[in-house]
Amino acid sequence: MTTDPTPALLQVSGLRKTYRTGGAEVVAVDDLSFTLRPGAALGIVGESGSGKTTTARMLIGLERPDAGRILVQGEPLADFVRGRAARLARAKAVQIVFQDPYLSLDARMGIGATIDGALRLHGLRDPAARAARVRELLAQVGLGDREAAALPRHLSGGQRQRAAIARALAVEPAVLVLDEAVSALDVSVQAQVLNLLSDIRRDTGIGLVFVSHDLAVVRYVCDEALVLYRGRTLEHRPVAELLAAPRDPYTRLLLASVPRPGWDPDSISSRRRSLDPKGLPA
Amino acid sequence: MPLLEYDALGVTLPGTARPILDGIDLHVGAGEVVALVGESGSGKSVTARAALGLFPAGADITGQVRVAGTGLVGADAASLRDVRTNRAAMIYQDPRAALNPVRRVGDFLTEPLRLAHGWSRNRAAARAAELLAAVGLPDPGRHLNQYPHELSGGMLQRVVIAAALTTEPRLLLCDEPTTALDVSTQAEILAVLGRLQRERGLGLLLITHDIELAAAVSDRIHVMYAGRIVEAAPVADLFAAPRHPYTAGLLGSSPPLHGPLARLTPIPGAPMGLLESAPGCAFAPRCHFAEPGRCDQSPPPPERHGPAEVACHRTAELTAPAANAPAPAAFHASGKEDS
Ligand SMILES: Nc1ncnc2c1ncn2[C@@H]1O[C@H](COP(=O)(O)OP(=O)(O)OP(=O)(O)O)[C@@H](O)[C@H]1O
Ligand SMILES: Nc1ncnc2c1ncn2[C@@H]1O[C@H](COP(=O)(O)OP(=O)(O)O)[C@@H](O)[C@H]1O
Ligand code: SF4
Ligand SMILES: [Mg+2]
Ligand SMILES: [Mg+2]
Repeated sequence: MTTDPTPALLQVSGLRKTYRTGGAEVVAVDDLSFTLRPGAALGIVGESGSGKTTTARMLIGLERPDAGRILVQGEPLADFVRGRAARLARAKAVQIVFQDPYLSLDARMGIGATIDGALRLHGLRDPAARAARVRELLAQVGLGDREAAALPRHLSGGQRQRAAIARALAVEPAVLVLDEAVSALDVSVQAQVLNLLSDIRRDTGIGLVFVSHDLAVVRYVCDEALVLYRGRTLEHRPVAELLAAPRDPYTRLLLASVPRPGWDPDSISSRRRSLDPKGLPA
Repeated sequence: MPLLEYDALGVTLPGTARPILDGIDLHVGAGEVVALVGESGSGKSVTARAALGLFPAGADITGQVRVAGTGLVGADAASLRDVRTNRAAMIYQDPRAALNPVRRVGDFLTEPLRLAHGWSRNRAAARAAELLAAVGLPDPGRHLNQYPHELSGGMLQRVVIAAALTTEPRLLLCDEPTTALDVSTQAEILAVLGRLQRERGLGLLLITHDIELAAAVSDRIHVMYAGRIVEAAPVADLFAAPRHPYTAGLLGSSPPLHGPLARLTPIPGAPMGLLESAPGCAFAPRCHFAEPGRCDQSPPPPERHGPAEVACHRTAELTAPAANAPAPAAFHASGKEDS
């Protein structure tokens, strides 16, 4: 066996998660496996309910898989559970940014203070060093002293999302998971955040898992994409190949669904029906 | 006579620095799909609601908006009721918010027919089933007895569209009807709307922040910024040659699905809130081409440039192929990098 010179940031194998609702069992994620190398960015795409958020939640330990294994830099994620030190270690392993930035910011605190708190929690004792690091992190996402002092609700949506990204980067995680993190932003502001993500990729070795239903955005941020459909992986390939020559009929449908001039929603609608004749229209 | 016609509509709230809407001119004819595009807070929803005679409480209204000839500014209760129950219907972004979670889909659909039109229960139920079939729901009888939580977002949006059709309006006001849905479900909902528009000759005002979606399905696009329409043009023209720097900036902000992938050129900063104002062009603080002493003096009035109406002091020189003007290529990828 050859040894890999660069250990994978994330190694996910055979991940499965089922939910039981009203007597019925829903397989939210089924036999999901992938590897994320340092500096890589994996897009996870699929329609609503395909299992994207469930996957993201398992990757940060918010949800316990029914089967399968998540290794972060070779260590099982499941080991990072009990005790303060273990929780901090897990936070350093994987951080997440949600669609709603309020989930990772403290509504009663200036965003600078929130980031300062995260740094303190992770053992940066010297206040001057922390202040410098807060400024550096905010500068990295294009925010200055004025924004540092502001409460989250006094910032624009894009500034808030950039602050949430700075907060996630504060603990220098190995992997950053973004669940529809740019979907709610206005396009002009979304473009600012997308450029920020590509700068972060260029400047750090951080690995990204980027969940989105927008294929064009996935193309911009990621080098690989994984298509989920009802929890199952249909294809996992370099984005460029996937877009140029989608193999699975469902991937082709997903691509055809992206609006463009001359677009024919009628044909998409009937193709979707023929892929899933017994399914209800979504 | 257009189905829907805005005539210099202005809406101003006391205590704000700029109008919510300023000089809105727009019309939708029968069988036409007209898109209104802009970022959040630009005034799209206020514009749509005005077509039902709904204005923010306490606002000062100028100009007029007419539905099938009936003016809604200063309208009496009878004309408002007529427009809202017979002529126009609104479809909102979040179908779940439109339905009462503890009432069945059937009640939601039949109540307007029974209350406003005095139909019998059976006649209303038959009509409701017919409409559910028309929006592509396969099992109308069953859906009538279901509760909202038993249906997916896309199915619920079909129910909302069916409800909008109960009184056979000629005009559908669609306020971000697919923003909460994934792309393939979005395609399905637009297929339904497109079919209705063709088969019934409906006029559609489609409100969206997605300029690509607007381009894919509409005849004309109006681009809105800070309460004003900054550019209005037939779709093909607007895409091939945007004439307002904001339109060009929007187009340069979405990454392409195919073709070369250059770094995005975002419009710097953020849209202007109601408590901010600018003496000149509202876009000037974010505009790459703002010219001090000119753009910051007076708001640019809409002017005709070819097939488009554009409100920009510099459109003529920016889009001219003259040597001393910025190259069109540079203009079309406009916007300075955000700091
Ligand atoms: N806590 C839960 N209890 C029961 N079922 C759940 C739960 N969370 C998710 N599910 C189900 O698991 C499946 C996958 O859901 P998930 O949230 O991962 O989808 P998603 O791909 O993130 O969708 P979206 O694009 O709408 O965010 C769905 O069928 C969903 O209804
Ligand atoms: N009823 C209201 N009362 C006060 N302000 C309002 C009201 N409705 C909308 N506004 C304000 O008017 C502006 C335009 O809003 P809106 O039309 O909802 O924007 P859009 O739909 O383009 O996102 C926003 O600043 C919004 O906060
Ligand atoms: S008027 Fe001036 S500031 Fe406004 S869009 Fe045109 S060039 Fe830019
Ligand atoms: Mg999700
Ligand atoms: Mg709105």
